[in-house]
Amino acid sequence: MAQAFFGGVHPGDMKAATNEKAIEQLAPPAQVVIPMSQHIGKPCRPVVAAGDHVKVGQLIGEPTGFVGAPIHASVSGTVTAVEPRPYSMGGNMMSVVIENDGKEELSETVKAPENPDSLTPEQMVEIVKNAGIVGMGGATFPTHIKISSGIGKVNTVIINGAECEPYITGDHRTMLERPEQIIGGAAYLARMFGVDKVHIGVELNKQNGIDALNRVIAEKKAPAEVLGLRCRYPQGAEKQLCQAVTGRQVPPGELPSAIGCAVFNINTTCAIFRAITQGMPVVKKVVTVSGSGVIDPKNLECPIGTPVSNLFDACGGLKDGTYKLIMGGPMMGLAQYTADVPVGKGTGCMLAFAGDEDQTVEHPQCIRCGRCVSVCPMHLEPLMMYQYTAKDMLDELEDAHVMDCMECGACTYICPARMHLTQMFKVGKQKLGAKKAAEKAAAEAKRAADEKKEA
Amino acid sequence: MTDYQNLKLTASSSPHIRSAEDTRSIMLDVIIAMLPALAFACYWFGFRSLTVTAVSVAGCVFWEWLYRKLLKKPQSVGDLSAVVTGILLAFVCPVQIGYWQILIGGFFAIVVVKQLFGGIGKNFLNPALAARALMLASWASSMNRWIAPHSWAAIFSSNADIVTAATPLSYLKGDEIPATFQKLTETYRVTDMFLGKIGGSMGEVSALMLILGGGYLLARKVISWQIPVSFIGTVAVLTFLFPRGNSPAEWMAYNLFGGGLLLGAFFMATDYSSSPITARGQLIYGVGCGALTVFIRYFGSYNEGVCYSIMIMNCFAALIDRSVRPSRFGAVKSAKKEAASK
Repeated sequence: MAQAFFGGVHPGDMKAATNEKAIEQLAPPAQVVIPMSQHIGKPCRPVVAAGDHVKVGQLIGEPTGFVGAPIHASVSGTVTAVEPRPYSMGGNMMSVVIENDGKEELSETVKAPENPDSLTPEQMVEIVKNAGIVGMGGATFPTHIKISSGIGKVNTVIINGAECEPYITGDHRTMLERPEQIIGGAAYLARMFGVDKVHIGVELNKQNGIDALNRVIAEKKAPAEVLGLRCRYPQGAEKQLCQAVTGRQVPPGELPSAIGCAVFNINTTCAIFRAITQGMPVVKKVVTVSGSGVIDPKNLECPIGTPVSNLFDACGGLKDGTYKLIMGGPMMGLAQYTADVPVGKGTGCMLAFAGDEDQTVEHPQCIRCGRCVSVCPMHLEPLMMYQYTAKDMLDELEDAHVMDCMECGACTYICPARMHLTQMFKVGKQKLGAKKAAEKAAAEAKRAADEKKEA
Repeated sequence: MTDYQNLKLTASSSPHIRSAEDTRSIMLDVIIAMLPALAFACYWFGFRSLTVTAVSVAGCVFWEWLYRKLLKKPQSVGDLSAVVTGILLAFVCPVQIGYWQILIGGFFAIVVVKQLFGGIGKNFLNPALAARALMLASWASSMNRWIAPHSWAAIFSSNADIVTAATPLSYLKGDEIPATFQKLTETYRVTDMFLGKIGGSMGEVSALMLILGGGYLLARKVISWQIPVSFIGTVAVLTFLFPRGNSPAEWMAYNLFGGGLLLGAFFMATDYSSSPITARGQLIYGVGCGALTVFIRYFGSYNEGVCYSIMIMNCFAALIDRSVRPSRFGAVKSAKKEAASK
């Protein structure tokens, strides 16, 4: 059953480089750098100091706000520094640096619950919270909040296995190699939300993955159903996936829970399974290492905090002329300025480009062809928003619903004039935010002045 | 192993990949789509079609190059849009048009209509049509002197000796309808009209070749179906419903295949810069073009209405874009109504 949403693009999927390569374990890195911000929300506070000995799974960072998730040591060894280091979002972030002793000693805190199948939803949410699980497709929203705020409201639980970005094959390999973890995690999600069935959306270019999941579902009589989805970027975007599965659209500015949906990534589902059955927090990540600059592309499983240079070394190194390192997929990933950045909970892919993927031109000039309008999955008019931002027409920009833009990059990908549309919308959102803040400050200053006058 | 400290990295915004299609490849597709009609013009009107087109293209490219050069703007002739304008301009002129006239037309199209408004993507009128309108106003006689088919206009002479013939559209007009229409059906069969064995501008005569080209553009997704279908469909429906001949179907066929309707619908009205950007907007625009075409053909003083109807709708394109916007993702119906009433 192929489901549809409006718009989208169909880039060459480039998955052949790695989709038949089994997930390999990376040789233990000598050192890991674990940033204290691996989720949306305030960074964690480190609870270890230089010189401490830590074990795998031991808590090293405590959340400081409501929206947050704890962070655990991914290797055993000695903490050599707690200091700001470069991280994937750009700039530096307080990080715990651990010298790996290679013993992989497991922390005493990692204990499997005695009878996972008799846990109440509240207990399961607590386990998910303590395991530091966040949206591992890249959004990194703390999963326990998504679950606890959704219980009672959500009637459609969706597992996101679309993997619509080119190059990435980690989810596909997980379906083939660990389908029982996905289905097991899905069953726990069904129990937490109290639904009869969980929908697993998978793009139809992963037919063997769909078959593998269906086999396990049949074997275990699991409360899950696999939906084949049309191969179309951004099929795996949360709102588009909800639309494809339910036919409903998430209202502007709202979360999927507004239409009774909750979406979890395949990786997140596996992490839930491991946390509930083994008590294991998030300490490892499957990362696809690919792109024209990589000599031998692979799917690697590595400890959180592994510097990405270790990943490239495990893939034979980089080719000469590599001009771009991207953490994430080619459509929404972040270009990195150094190979020192570590793998985080949301890292699913590391790309190196050495070809002409960018295709930049010196003087892009919009030809008004309207392709951006017809591909925008959020029904926006990118060429108009571009003009409004460039000309500082902020009222018009807001009226064009720039805040609905999820920066999927479909318009920029398709643009024959090679305009930098997505980049402009990021700027536009900032301008709009700055204007709102200035207006608010002015209004408050005025009110303060009025109060003073009255007094 | 790799020296990670000395990588020269670009840290630019996502996305990091681009589709292979660019402005140049789109323009190349349009040029390819016009080749059948050009080939037919050579067969039907003689090789002067080719030389006129070549001069028109050379002129348009030269004017664009010169303007960008003189104003020290980044050079843009490489995008091939001036070539497209050049071919279209030749297509809307009769074959014996003077070379100097088409160079002046090219100047108006490229410099006045396109570059003065900011270049590609900024012109609010179709450059080739605007130039045709100027030439028609300036040299009414040479723009209306239709060469008799197969008289093989000489390449260099001014062709004072050519036989002129009336175009089919002139029979669809006047007080003596349907008698003149009767005469037309006797002169040209519908198949002649379809194949293009009639008089007219160089590129407009052969419906078959234009449909081939238009089909290519649709198949390559260079244009969307909305504008040609709504434009041609509107003309078809209106002429069928209000025929001025004895047979509505025949009257409709002569209206569809005569004049510049197909050239306009596939190649002129679909010009990106001067047409609306949303699918619904394009439907409205196409219906407007079709209705105005029929209106001018029925009640105007000119025989042909395609050129002016497209230019009039060009002026409405921005207005259509402002009022017809895609429905916001996730906006519920009541909210949409509220937004509309605001």
